[in-house]
Amino acid sequence: MVDTSLAQTPHRSWQPALRAALGDPKVLVGGGFIAFLIVLALGADLLAPHDPLAQDLMLGSLPPVGMAGAEPGYWLGTDDLGRDVLSRFIHGTRTALTVAFIAATIAAVVGTFVGLLAGYFGGWVDAVVSRLIEIWMAFPAVLLSILIVAILGSGVHSVIFAIAIIDWTRFARVVRAETMAQRQTDYVTAGQVLGFSRLGILAGEILPNVLWVVLGLFTLELGLAVVIEAILSFVGLSVSSDTPTWGGMIAQGRGIIYQAWWVFALPLAGLLATVLAFNQLGAGLRRSLDPVMQR
Amino acid sequence: MIELVAKRAGMAAITLFGVAVVVFVLLRVAPGDPIAMMIGPGATAEDIVRLRASYGLDQSLFNQFWIWLGSLVQGDFGTSISRRVGVGQLLLERLPATIELAIMALLVAIVLGGFIAIIGTLWRRHWSVGAVDGVNGLLLAIPEFVWALALVLVLGVALPVLPLSGRINPSLPTDFKTGFYLLEALLTLRFDLALDLARHMAMPVLALALPLAGIIARVLREALGEAMMQDYVTLARVKGMSELRLILSEAMRNAVGPTLALTGVQFTFLIGGTVIVEKIFSYPGLGNMAIDAVINRDFPLIQGLVLMFGVIFILINLIVDFAVVAFNPRLRHG
Repeated sequence: MVDTSLAQTPHRSWQPALRAALGDPKVLVGGGFIAFLIVLALGADLLAPHDPLAQDLMLGSLPPVGMAGAEPGYWLGTDDLGRDVLSRFIHGTRTALTVAFIAATIAAVVGTFVGLLAGYFGGWVDAVVSRLIEIWMAFPAVLLSILIVAILGSGVHSVIFAIAIIDWTRFARVVRAETMAQRQTDYVTAGQVLGFSRLGILAGEILPNVLWVVLGLFTLELGLAVVIEAILSFVGLSVSSDTPTWGGMIAQGRGIIYQAWWVFALPLAGLLATVLAFNQLGAGLRRSLDPVMQR
Repeated sequence: MIELVAKRAGMAAITLFGVAVVVFVLLRVAPGDPIAMMIGPGATAEDIVRLRASYGLDQSLFNQFWIWLGSLVQGDFGTSISRRVGVGQLLLERLPATIELAIMALLVAIVLGGFIAIIGTLWRRHWSVGAVDGVNGLLLAIPEFVWALALVLVLGVALPVLPLSGRINPSLPTDFKTGFYLLEALLTLRFDLALDLARHMAMPVLALALPLAGIIARVLREALGEAMMQDYVTLARVKGMSELRLILSEAMRNAVGPTLALTGVQFTFLIGGTVIVEKIFSYPGLGNMAIDAVINRDFPLIQGLVLMFGVIFILINLIVDFAVVAFNPRLRHG
């Protein structure tokens, strides 16, 4: 590529970046799987072959189709109460993705805002934010999330709040460092010389340039949030037991693992695939969108 | 140097105080009455008041905090509401089990991560490095919770080679004098006990070690790759030294420093991971107790546990800071 850095503004247009992202195999594979999950979550009522809550003790602990004793129509078997595992899994996708998207968005917005302020203003603002982040990091994340949910009472809102309140530091730390680096650049100095307001520089000049980093982190955060939701529902602190969740299914399957291992295995496989998909998507996006990594 | 030590120690103290304040405030604003969970059905209003006073819950928040902090300084962590035992005693009972687990996981992570880094550097110009990249990518992507569950399914149920829960087979004698069962069994040459302990620890240790091994492998490989391009390595290569020896005796020396700093910080995340991993494997450590304490709303125990984790985290960070300075002469006079 010809070096035109002097002629270019540091802003990048979205179009070529998006085209690069869509051509990246990691983005395609990871993003494709996430898109599939989103379809499952949105269409759960239509796609699930059975009512995820319907119990039928006559059909308890049926193995998946293909194994001896399987019942047609119950593709991935049933749990000890006779509930269809596939249907529960599909409905669990809904909770997992809802929690992940909302929690990661809140964490990203709060963390980016705090990181921008600390990185741009420095001085005592930065000192306070840095100390706050350090205090936050001194808590084991899982313990803190369980603590918050235990305090607020279980439920989707508590889980979302817990994830956001733990993981804003991930964004704040990176955005703070990135903002500090951007503050030193010529275009920011130029903006100051031209008399732009501090807020104008922060929102109009620096923010667009750290958004690429935030997007990569956001994708990884989605995967982490799915895992934290699973951990909380595994421990029994997420949504009520009426709503199927992957973590809840795993905890239930753990108890009957010798009689019906599939109750445990399917949500675990789903969790594993989701984490890997977000990871690949994040890596691919970072590779194709981040201007620094392209050089 | 002394100035730096004092400054870092001061900041650590501020962080620790912050942790104490956050825990205290979080728990006191919590709805839900711990006393209500302790009383039997026949308790009178007077009983409740007396119980409340005996735990200091009748005073103002501000007073409660200073009473609590004052007793902490004297080594009194209060009494667990659900277990009716001193919190300090409970913490000391459980701490060795978690320390053994975390240190074993750290050792496994270092060995495994180092091995992957060396293989990756050795094969760096060969197509088979793709396999190393793939393994490393998996280790980096999958969190300990998912590893733990996958291990349960594969090594606990499908090929039942390892015990699924606990620390030691209950039929074995557990007349240990310290809480460090594995260390004590090894030192007293009771290898049958040590083997059983190791078998119980294997799955939780692996679950904790695999993600950290991925991080160590990535950072060490990057550092080794850079070192292998230095002139002094080329010189040694021209002299006829084998690639493996080049990596182990020449490049490693310069690559260990940056890896060490990162490993220390990541070790705190590993300790955080013990909370859920101990729960999954019913391993009797701090983390397992922490989840039960939270579910039982056992305020004094939760406070003690979170502070304990906070102290461990802050200590490790402090040690890492000093180790980095001590190992890097350029920073010593900074």
